[in-house]
Amino acid sequence: MLFTSYNFILFLVVLFIIYYLIPKKYQWMLLLLGSFVFYSYSGWDNVAYITVTILATYFVSLKIGQLYEQQDSYIKENKGSLAREDRKKYKAKINAKQKKYLLLCLLFDLGILAVLKYTNFVISNINSIGNLFKATEISFLDIALPMGISFYTFQSVGYLVDVYRGKYAPEKNLGKFALFVSFFPQLVQGPISRFDDLGEQLYAGHSFDYKNVSFGIQRILWGFFKKLVIADRILVGVNTITQNPETYQGIYVFLGMIFYAVQLYADFTGGIDITIGIAQVFGIELKENFQRPFFSKSIVEYWRRWHITMGTWFRDYVFYPVSISSPMLKLSKFSRKHLGEKLGKKVPVYLSTIIVWSATGIWHGASWNFIVWGLLNCLVIIVSQEFEPLYAKFHSKFNVRHNFFFRLFQVARTFLLMCSIRILDCYRNVGISFKMYFSMFTNWNFGEIFNGGLLGLGLKKSDYIVLIFGIIIMTVFSLIQRKGSVREQLTEKSDVLQYAVGIALFVSIITFGAYGIGYDSNQFIYNQF
Amino acid sequence: MTTGKRIAKLAIAALITIVILIFLQNLLMPKYMSEILEGALISEYYSEDIKDHDVIFIGDCEVYENFSPITLWKEYGITSFIRGSAQQLIWHSYYLLEDTLKYEKPDVVVFNVLSMMYDEPQNEAYNRMALDGMPLSLSKLKSIKASMVEEEKFITYIFPILRYHSRWDELSGEDFKYMFKKDKITHNGYLMRVDVKPVTTIPRARKLPNYELSDICYDYLKKMTALCKENDIELVLIKAPSIYPHWYDEWDEQIEDYASENGLLYINFLKYTDEIGIDFQTDTYDAGLHLNLSGAEKLTKYFGKLLSDEFNLADRRDDEQLSKVWIEKEAFYIDIMEKQYAELEELGYIKAFNSKKNEE
Repeated sequence: MLFTSYNFILFLVVLFIIYYLIPKKYQWMLLLLGSFVFYSYSGWDNVAYITVTILATYFVSLKIGQLYEQQDSYIKENKGSLAREDRKKYKAKINAKQKKYLLLCLLFDLGILAVLKYTNFVISNINSIGNLFKATEISFLDIALPMGISFYTFQSVGYLVDVYRGKYAPEKNLGKFALFVSFFPQLVQGPISRFDDLGEQLYAGHSFDYKNVSFGIQRILWGFFKKLVIADRILVGVNTITQNPETYQGIYVFLGMIFYAVQLYADFTGGIDITIGIAQVFGIELKENFQRPFFSKSIVEYWRRWHITMGTWFRDYVFYPVSISSPMLKLSKFSRKHLGEKLGKKVPVYLSTIIVWSATGIWHGASWNFIVWGLLNCLVIIVSQEFEPLYAKFHSKFNVRHNFFFRLFQVARTFLLMCSIRILDCYRNVGISFKMYFSMFTNWNFGEIFNGGLLGLGLKKSDYIVLIFGIIIMTVFSLIQRKGSVREQLTEKSDVLQYAVGIALFVSIITFGAYGIGYDSNQFIYNQF
Repeated sequence: MTTGKRIAKLAIAALITIVILIFLQNLLMPKYMSEILEGALISEYYSEDIKDHDVIFIGDCEVYENFSPITLWKEYGITSFIRGSAQQLIWHSYYLLEDTLKYEKPDVVVFNVLSMMYDEPQNEAYNRMALDGMPLSLSKLKSIKASMVEEEKFITYIFPILRYHSRWDELSGEDFKYMFKKDKITHNGYLMRVDVKPVTTIPRARKLPNYELSDICYDYLKKMTALCKENDIELVLIKAPSIYPHWYDEWDEQIEDYASENGLLYINFLKYTDEIGIDFQTDTYDAGLHLNLSGAEKLTKYFGKLLSDEFNLADRRDDEQLSKVWIEKEAFYIDIMEKQYAELEELGYIKAFNSKKNEE
């Protein structure tokens, strides 16, 4: 059930009405039921996968929690008689047990993800190598990737690690825990929530709150506008260019890069707007996942503002644990000894960064494109960190840091750099991606786009008009957003203006949305992750 | 802000939104006034002031192109209306009849059986022509449900703007002109054409793997028969004298059997073309698929006599109120006929049916 389908809208309306009609103590049960009904539309086998992940994580986290309780009561009972050393020993013993459970469950949860998502990727690589030796090809597995598996797996893993770290006690109610993992608005494409942010909100009852509901609906409408009016309209142009690399090179690749940036932004942030809006309608506040990323002045800043919950997830559950793992500490010691203090310090940090970005890349998709995409991001980040002293020197000589045009240059540079890296999302393999990228510098066909080329991309004049207006509106909203929530700012304006904006948004979606017969029914891009 | 005030403001905003959407919907829906006239057929019935017809024709193009209610009136004083649209399938016909019977009870319903050959929804464009013109009713809802092809969504029939929203970039003057009121296109459902395209070759009928008419079509035919019986209406089954698509003997036998089992009159006009006087060199405008005005008038005269004799339909030309209405209809009929002949003479084709030539 796509967010943009009529069935989903009907489902949402029915759920909303029942939610505020039933006693508050049953609201979380309704959300759980709704989440499973929603998920069952993607297939019963998918329900089985998510259920298995829920059950495994639930029981293991419960066991880890019990071990904490056991430890606490043992220490309490033997408070007077237990020496500090014995207490430490006992804790280490408990921790070793907990670690075993943790690793077992991580292996299980991530194993499901790995098998479903990466088996065919591994097979295709084995086949490629096998082809060199004329070996028989291994058949691909006929498995479809369950919707949102990367998101619910990561959310479960985050929860499990937090319980292991003693950040909070495990949730004892299976139903409540199942709701945390399967809460339907965020199941499709995130944001990746933390239990201490979301849990209580899900389980506490919510009274109908006019502001929450109206703000939620406004956010949903804004998401629909971005998705249907912009993302799904420009998609045709992106597909035409990227699926026909022999025909569309040079300036078209540049256009494709820009189109894809617009599509991805409108699609993903639109989806997240819908998600956060839906949650808000139910009185639940989800974490923001974007903070005007295209206004970033550096790639590091961009990654702090794009898909924020994924970035923080990788930081907390991959980067930090890897950085302080014993092999990494040993490496740090070794490198400092042999490479000197300055360089030696950097080796483990950069190695952890490479590991994180490789993982981020492979998380985005089971292909070499995404691995190279991750490593390129990593390379740019490391290089820019290395150039930091150079930048500092530059800024000390030329006082342009606060100059508008210099900042604009930084924003444009970051945008184009990210577009360039993102080209790996667009083409079917790494080789073609690079070939197309370099065609921008070798194939000077700029004039073609004004000789009918633009209208040969599957987009009509009217499409371009809608897109230009849509992008302007999106940009203006982002600019207004710098002063705080657009919706909050709107409430300070007259009622007439508030309603006019709402009506205009709704009517624009209905009229200019790229939906229905004649348009492909498009999934959100991040559904596939 | 008090709750009352808030509700009032929301209600006003909702009302304004609805008005805007209704306006846009009327603007964006295809008008079918100068091109693809077939799309305008179904709705015309509902704008008739007097819905009092002796005969209702139900079916596809083989009725709305082949029978002329004006001729039926002029020759026999029989009032009739054709409730047909392009490739109207049997479930469309059934629910359209069900809907029609809410407005009137004719003496005779004539159903053309060609659609018995289709046992599943065919295409969206024809569904739209058959359904968009119907006002919202239970019959319409049931018809939508029975008709939709896979890519269609039920809700888009209830709120057609969800289907036609993307027409905003192809709006023409016609869309603004006919937003709220349309011109009459047909003559009580008859879509007139006076041009001629003689039959040169008759395509050979291809062999079918199975000649059995399907159960689903029989179900609707049975429902139609029952509906007519319930309402004390004579149901007449016909096969219009269109020589293509091919009407197989095997199908004909099955319909004959059904008619005799149910005590219905079934006439396959293909067997009586000589008797009717149809000349496929002069009486068809598309090489035998449909009759032109000349052919339609010949067929109607023949069938009108049969209807009068068989069902004792009274000659109502003495009814002053009716005569007044039908005189106007006749005048419109003659006017369109003359216009078409004039265009044919001047351009060699009829504008309304040659949109591509108009563009050239």
